Amino acid sequence: MSATTGKPLSGGPGRKRTGSLVWHLGALLILAVILYPVVWVVGASFKPGKDIINSLTLFPSHPILSNFKGLADGIADIRIWTFFQNSLFYALGAVAGVLISCSLTAYAFARIRFAGRNLLFSLMIGTLLLPYHVLLIPQYVMFQKLGWINSYAPLLVGKYLATEAFFVFLMVQFMRNLPRELDEAARLDGCGHLRIYWSIVLPLCRPALITSAIFTFINAWNDFMGPLIYLNEPGKYTVSLGLMMFRDSDGVAANYGGMIAMSLVALLPVLLFFLAFQRYLIDGMATSGLKG
Amino acid sequence: MGRAVTLVKDSAPAARKARPAARATEGRPGRRRENLAGYLFMSPWIAGFLLLTAGPMVASLYFAFTDYNLFTTPKWVGFDNFTKMFDDPRWQKSVEVTAKYVIIGTPLKLLLALGVALLLAQSRRGQAFYRAAFYAPSLIGASVSVGFVWRSLFSDGAVVDRTQTFLGFHVGGWVGSADWVLYCLVALTVWQFGAPMVIFLAGLKQVPKELYEAAEMDGAGPLRRFWNITLPMISPVLFFNVLLETIHSFQIFGSAYVVSNTYCGPADGTLVYTCYLYQQGFKNSQMGFASAMAWMLLLAVALVTAVLFWSQKKWVHYEEDAR
Repeated sequence: MSATTGKPLSGGPGRKRTGSLVWHLGALLILAVILYPVVWVVGASFKPGKDIINSLTLFPSHPILSNFKGLADGIADIRIWTFFQNSLFYALGAVAGVLISCSLTAYAFARIRFAGRNLLFSLMIGTLLLPYHVLLIPQYVMFQKLGWINSYAPLLVGKYLATEAFFVFLMVQFMRNLPRELDEAARLDGCGHLRIYWSIVLPLCRPALITSAIFTFINAWNDFMGPLIYLNEPGKYTVSLGLMMFRDSDGVAANYGGMIAMSLVALLPVLLFFLAFQRYLIDGMATSGLKG
Repeated sequence: MGRAVTLVKDSAPAARKARPAARATEGRPGRRRENLAGYLFMSPWIAGFLLLTAGPMVASLYFAFTDYNLFTTPKWVGFDNFTKMFDDPRWQKSVEVTAKYVIIGTPLKLLLALGVALLLAQSRRGQAFYRAAFYAPSLIGASVSVGFVWRSLFSDGAVVDRTQTFLGFHVGGWVGSADWVLYCLVALTVWQFGAPMVIFLAGLKQVPKELYEAAEMDGAGPLRRFWNITLPMISPVLFFNVLLETIHSFQIFGSAYVVSNTYCGPADGTLVYTCYLYQQGFKNSQMGFASAMAWMLLLAVALVTAVLFWSQKKWVHYEEDAR
């Protein structure tokens, strides 16, 4: 392409500009394909239900609000807000659990020299690769015996017991890079591990904590299998399960417009979190691979 | 400079030297206190590991050899579940569907991730914007919302159908076709290429620029440079991505369940392994059979992991003096 521009200097600014143009065109083309589904759902939520699948224009010429207004009526006598409250409870509960339990565990791995540490660390890494489905049935049996079915306890208990090995790993990596002189100085001043953990290490780990918190929130918000298996009363459904109530048994939703509008509303918290904190998410993702 | 100092401190010989000194000043009680502190801090994880991981693993291995419907006591049946499983055409179908999904979806996703990462790594303006935009689908891809969107986009008469008809392919909507519905799921996983892309991009940033300059002086073209410098330098990151994405895609459930409208069909076209496991365990109350299935999944994942770790000696280059 650059040869046709006819600039005398092959390495000159003209060539650079065409190169840059081609680069941006390429990137924008991929971007258009990748973001198409997201833009589509925004446009579709303002279309009447019968037009959603068949109309090829992204945004309707006569946008309607009835899909969103219909959501106010709820579904099967349950208010839409109930699903959001449930999801919020689950997600915030999960965030609190992960922050507390994973940071305590990570502190032990990164900052305390105790017998058996390396063995436990290998076991922890091993659980990262373990398919969850091996644990699914015995855990269900156990929670059923405990009478925890149809409650959030089975969904949350693991978060408080540091079973999210990915976040432990992320925090360990971060804590290992903090200068050791800090704890040594604190120890000379007579601080115990609890003080060092709480007043020195935790504040310095804020980026890792924020990354873990947002990922945990989003994972819980999107979680489908957990609620599907453990919650069986519509009043306790999370947004994921509430959304499933919009589908009809033969696959053609009676209220297609409502289903698409609800899909968009369910995505909003995740998209907003992403816009606000994308730097933390992407950097956290990137470091997980580099130090692995 | 400061970085070098901490590096020496963390390295093994220095630690070995420091330890006797510490023992001399603190003595045995200090060490015991450290052990106690370590296990106290670890106690949530240890409880979780025993109660939610190790215990259930043993239990599930036991259930795999029993006939168990959740309400009666498990009855020992030996290898019955496994022989039944191998003879079960739906189990075979689920293995086939999952294998196809993993073998087609994962390489496509990683190729796209690497390709786009190479494009973005050319450090032009707007890189951060593109990186963020391409990453977004990875965050929402597993949600029920996106499952519905996918179902809509790949229906009869929707945009994908119309585009392929325009191009001369008369396949119809993929969602309704037993042969094509799986590729709808493949498209969904490939769409989420942003997460491995971000990891590739971070790896590419760590390749020293001097290597490229030296190669360029020696007259190496872009392809040679990619093959002889980029690929070996990012091979640890590539290994990490291959390992995690493969293990991950073996366990796909939610998208298959939603896109195929909870039936994992038509004609079991998206009957991925975990969908069948869910049907057997939670719809048919065949907890023993489902546990046996889960252990086969674990064995398959362990085998793939072992092969990948074994193969990395041949193609993954770890720099010894790095960092």
